[in-house]
This record gives sequence, structure tokens and C-alpha cells, in this order.
Amino acid sequence: MTLAEKILAAHCGKASVSPGDFLSVRTDLVLSNDITAPIAIREFERLGVSTVFDPKKIVMVPDHFCPNKDIQSAEQAKMMRDFARKHKLVYFEVGEMGIEHVILPEKGLVLPGEVVVGADSHTCTYGALGAFATGMGSTDIAIAMATGEIWMKVPPTIKFVFHGKPGKWVGGKDLILYLIGDIGVDGALYSALEFHGEAVEKLGMDGRFTMSNMAIESGGKAGLFHVDDKTRSYLKGRTSRKYKEYRSDPDAAYARVIEYDTSKIEPQVAFPHLPSNTKPVSQAGAIAIDQVVIGSCTNGRMDDLRIAANILKGRKVDPHLRLIILPGSQQVYLDALKEGLIETFIRAGAAVSTPTCGPCLGGYMGILAAGERCVSTTNRNFVGRMGHVKSEVYLANPAVAAASAIAGRIAGPEEIK
Amino acid sequence: MPLKGKAFKYGSHIDTDAIIPARHLNLVEPADLARHCMEDIDAGFVSRVKNGDIIVADINFGCGSSREHAPVAIKASGVSCVIAKSFARIFFRNAINIGLPLLECEEAVDNIKAGDTVEVDLASGAITNLSSGKTFTSKAYPEFMMQIVQAGGLVEHTRKKLSGAK
Ligand code: SF4
Repeated sequence: MTLAEKILAAHCGKASVSPGDFLSVRTDLVLSNDITAPIAIREFERLGVSTVFDPKKIVMVPDHFCPNKDIQSAEQAKMMRDFARKHKLVYFEVGEMGIEHVILPEKGLVLPGEVVVGADSHTCTYGALGAFATGMGSTDIAIAMATGEIWMKVPPTIKFVFHGKPGKWVGGKDLILYLIGDIGVDGALYSALEFHGEAVEKLGMDGRFTMSNMAIESGGKAGLFHVDDKTRSYLKGRTSRKYKEYRSDPDAAYARVIEYDTSKIEPQVAFPHLPSNTKPVSQAGAIAIDQVVIGSCTNGRMDDLRIAANILKGRKVDPHLRLIILPGSQQVYLDALKEGLIETFIRAGAAVSTPTCGPCLGGYMGILAAGERCVSTTNRNFVGRMGHVKSEVYLANPAVAAASAIAGRIAGPEEIK
Repeated sequence: MPLKGKAFKYGSHIDTDAIIPARHLNLVEPADLARHCMEDIDAGFVSRVKNGDIIVADINFGCGSSREHAPVAIKASGVSCVIAKSFARIFFRNAINIGLPLLECEEAVDNIKAGDTVEVDLASGAITNLSSGKTFTSKAYPEFMMQIVQAGGLVEHTRKKLSGAK
């Protein structure tokens, strides 16, 4: 069996499972946020149950439109907050908050071998820890909150092997964008992705979170890494709970095996309006931009901010452009502050925000006008994703984003003198 | 009872931001969401769509976010079902869970034009283009999902299970 199959089998009491099997899976953690929880709460109430299955295993995070962006968002956030307090759920109020997919691993709430379901498509982020984590809808989450179980179809697994060493400015974002550019936004539809190879072994945890995060952008159900020393040392001090490490069998059946030579991969830019519309940054051409966003559940962690600060240090953002930086959590914010990164950003001319999803989904804190272009370290560049339907989003890693902010056009870090 | 209506035709990879833009996710009521359905890719959709109408799209319909607001907005706009060559995974389960029927059928998609009148029989999976007289058969739901569909959605299905278990 593959890693995904082993975890699912262990969570439905079966010795083995195969792709296509329908299972009722036991969940270790159930997540929702301020835009998906209100619908989940309604459906939960329609179920006619009075309590959740286990309040310690249900997390709600106010991150999308919080701190409240308008009256309607405030009402939604309140509905979630009231429910979370009534049922004594795991809840992070604005002052200790972060983007859900940054904060859950950070607080040690997700461990290897666990099954996590979330009413957010980027729940797949936790695959970086060797967990089977997948996004669902609000109704699914209502059922999981009530019963601790949810139906799933066992996905086939596609194995991706990244051979060789990545170049200096190539990170997890580039590997996953390259992969999506290769197989397309439905290239891994209904499948689990499993990441292997020298290049991903070298990646730190933050880079791995970035890769697992964007599995959904290839249509995938989950994007998994095997546990290694980096995972173990990341977990140290974050949890006292026990966990189990699973490994794919040497003879596991993969739907496909796809191999890449990482040394040939340049920093990537995904052009509007699909994450699969990728080009190496050297072939981007002269594209003037109006805004740069660094943050999100994809690239809002310490390693990302360090890379950006390295490039921005002692330099100035192009005066015709807005640079907006959103640390992924209060902890990331604090760490960045201690390391002096926040000062670097502000001196360079960046606006630094409290953690929130904000502009990533066109919520607030950096909405684009018609005709404006933005380089963003987020994960989606669909039509209208960050604002006006006639605006454009270019996805890139934090180094390209920072370099572009200085150049005023899409630029690679090598171009910054 | 067969579903019947005019076809609204769309291309590949219609994402959830196109179906219901995130700026409207501060709405919860289905009728409020329906007022913004498809507005960024088809501004006239809301004024033209009538009860029973059918969305016909190419591959990977509903890709992107997990927002259940997407199938909810489509259903509340009056659309009776969506026919596509393939669906994104989360959209698929959300639609089944809330009782918006989806049909996967390449041939039907290739042989239905915008504005054609289409009739769908969910029980048999038969899709008939009444404008051309041609009939196609969609893939059947797996048994497990059929139970959810027949119960009228996942909440109803689970309620039945929970009351049976007591
Ligand atoms: S940062 Fe963006 S992609 Fe991540 S959870 Fe928030 S809205 Fe979704």
C-alpha cells in the first residue's frame, strides 16, 4: 500500500484498502474557518444532535475576513465564535490567530499518520507532516463534527520524484508550480500526490508545507511527504501526543510515477488565470506591476519572510508599487520581529499587516482595481481572485516577489543589484 | 420526474471564484448567493436563468476552493443539474451532499449547444437534447453515493443512520 492507503486503512479498521474503495474514515481533527463554519454550523444544527463528537478535535479559525472586514463578515465571525465557545472547541481569537494552515502545524495540532478534514481546500497543507489531510465542504464538516467520521473514496496515488539539487533561488513553490505546469490543474484529479527525491529531502518544513498546500491546484486530494528527521525535529516541543509514522511499501501500486530533474527548474511564475500557466521567470518578459503580496498559507512562514527580507534589506520598493506583507501567524510575526525582518520590510517601504487571508481571496487588505497586476506568493490566480475581474495575479516564490517589488516589474532575484 | 431546461454552456476549469466570487462569501442565504452566481464570467446569467435550466461545461468544473457556497448558489439560482466532462473533487462531493445532481458525460457535452433544451432522467442517467433529438447516457453513481442522493443529501442520510443506530 501507499502512504495514503496505509493511513486511511488504519482509520477505518481495515487491514488493507485499494483505490476506489468507499470508506467511513475516523477523523483526528476537523477544521473550519469564518466563511465555511457558518454553513457547517447550520447543517450541524439540522442534524438534530446536541453535542460535537470531541471538542478537542474540532478547530475553528477566524482568518479569512478577520479581523472583521465589514458588518456581514462580523456577523459570520460571531456565529462561529459563539458556537466554538458554546461547545468548548479549539478556537484561536484574533490576537493569537494566524492563517489556519500556518497555525495548526505550528501549535502541534496535526501529527504524522493522522487524518485531518477541513472545510477549506488547502487543508492538504498538512501532508507535509505525513498526515492524510484533505479539504471538503461545510456539510461534510458538519457530519464530521457530529460523528467523528466521514465518507471518503480511497484515491489512487501518483508518485513524484524530484531528482538532483535545486538552484539557489528555487524553493518548494517552484517545484510545485513546475509540477502543476507539467500535469495541469486537473492532472492529479481525485488523486493523492506523494513527493520523493533528493530535492524534496533537502527542503525545510516550510518549503514542504508550500508544496503540500498546492496539491489541490493540480486537482489532488492530498499531497504527502514521508516523515524524516526534519519532520521529527519540527514536532519536538510542539506536542506531547504520540504519533505513528507510516511508509509506502516498496512494492506499493502507484497510478503513475513522474520524475523531474530539479537542477533544470528555474524559479517559476504562473501567469493569469491558472496556476498551471507557468513560465521560468527568465522568460516572463517586461511586465509592469502595481502590487506585490507576500504571505498566505502557501508562503507566509519564517523561511519565506527570511528570503524576502534578504532581498529587500537596504533597498527600496519601487515607488509606483505597493508591497504588502502578511506574516502567516502571530508567532511568525513575533519571530520576524525578533529577527529584525519587520523593520527591514518597513524600511524598504512595505505595508506589514496582522495575519489574515485578506487579499489572497480578494477579501480586503489589498484589493486590485481594473487593469492592475499583482505578483503574489499565494496559490490561485483565477479571474477576479484578488479583486476586479480585469485585474491579474502572477504567482511566484517570495524571492521573485521581493525582487519584483524592487524592480517594479516581474523580475528574478539575480536581476537585483 | 425528469429535469428539463435550457442549456447554459461553459468551457473548461470553471473555478469556484467564477461560480461565486469570494467577495460575496460574507453571505450565507442561498437566495443572496444566487444573485451573484457566475457574475464574473457571465454577467447575464442571473437575469437569464430560469427554473430547471441546466449548466453544461467541459472538464474540471468547480475547481478551486472548498466553498459549498458554489453548488448552493447554482442550486438556488434555479439550475436543476450540471452536466460536465469531469468535476473537481470537492465540488463533486459538495454538490452530492447538498442535493445538486451532477452528471458526467463527454458525449452530451460535445452535442449540446447553448440554448438547446435538454431533458435529464436521473434514475436512468439518460440525457436527451430535445433540440436535436439525440440521447446520451451518463456514468452511473456508485452505490454508496446513490444512497446519499436518494436520501436527499448527506445530512438526511446521516440523520437516518443516526436514528437507526439508536
Ligand atoms: S491564505 Fe488564501 S488560500 Fe490560504 S486559507 Fe487563506 S484564503 Fe485560502
